[in-house]
Amino acid sequence: MAETLISVPPRARRGEIVEIKTLVSHAMETGYRRSQLGERIPRDIIRLFVCTYNGTEVFRAELHPAIAANPFITFSTVATESGTLAFHWTGDNGFSVRETAEIRVD
Amino acid sequence: MRRLAAVLGALALAGSAFAAEIPRAERRSGYDLMSPETRAMQDDDTANPGMLSVLEGAALWSRKAGAAGRSCADCHGDARASMKGVAARHPSLDAARGRPVSVEQRINACRVERQQAPALAYESRELLALSAYVARQSRGLPIEIATDARTQPFLDAGRALWERRQGQLNLACRNCHDDNWGRRLAGSVIPQAHPTGYPLYRLEWQTLGSLQRRLRNCLVGMRAEPYEYGDPALVDLELYLMWRAGGMLMDAPAVRP
Repeated sequence: MAETLISVPPRARRGEIVEIKTLVSHAMETGYRRSQLGERIPRDIIRLFVCTYNGTEVFRAELHPAIAANPFITFSTVATESGTLAFHWTGDNGFSVRETAEIRVD
Repeated sequence: MRRLAAVLGALALAGSAFAAEIPRAERRSGYDLMSPETRAMQDDDTANPGMLSVLEGAALWSRKAGAAGRSCADCHGDARASMKGVAARHPSLDAARGRPVSVEQRINACRVERQQAPALAYESRELLALSAYVARQSRGLPIEIATDARTQPFLDAGRALWERRQGQLNLACRNCHDDNWGRRLAGSVIPQAHPTGYPLYRLEWQTLGSLQRRLRNCLVGMRAEPYEYGDPALVDLELYLMWRAGGMLMDAPAVRP
């Protein structure tokens, strides 16, 4: 179970640049650490984060082992029309979390 | 290395003089001493990673568990009302055990006795989530530890532990946190050790952790033998620290460097 926290301004003017903040819970195990018995702890990270705005991709990030646990990603986009922002995190061990947020553009 | 030796020398010197308690007007929480960037991270509920655990704790609060098939909410109702100020009053006296218990122990007592479920392990994801959810309901409220004749011996034991030198470095808690707060140990500011925001998200840990984890960390840093989680000595020290921070405002779940 992964928790997410998303901040999207509920209303915006057309053409306005809006800031979007996302936080997702994930341990982000690098794959480089070893256990006390010397065994390599298998990698378990989020590989890809994609945000789409009414179906159009507006932001994409590839994540790597150096990313902190519970990655916090903020980015901006231009408010073009009312609709849905969809967020999708995918990673190792079948990790897949989807979340959506509504935005109203006047 | 030389700088570290100098700092330790200074600590030893300062420790030899009579250590005074910090006057109320000069008390600073870890929040006051940290960088503006980390403060901004704590203040924004969508940037504070501790809030992820609070969300998880809210879900656990209403999930039925154990043989009794009851959830926390079945007895306590809406935590936003029933748990308000609870974390600011803990550790508090448990009449049945005859000694103060921490928030974590109180949650586990409820689990075992009321829900008839196995106790949650210390620092487990679930226990941290539940304690974070409970502590969140005290945000902005002053710490208020009730003391009376029954709790006084435990408060005194906590104070004695605070003042006792131990470990290979022969340091007491107060040598750093009463006498040398605000100065630096290696690159980090020495805080006054007011536990206003536990469980808190330490950026160094990359996870939420309890006050006892923090205390064990300090003991290891002093090269002393750390107490086990749930050890009465750690709860006494928690009690003393919370009493010492009386009147300061809770900011759980806090973010600390």
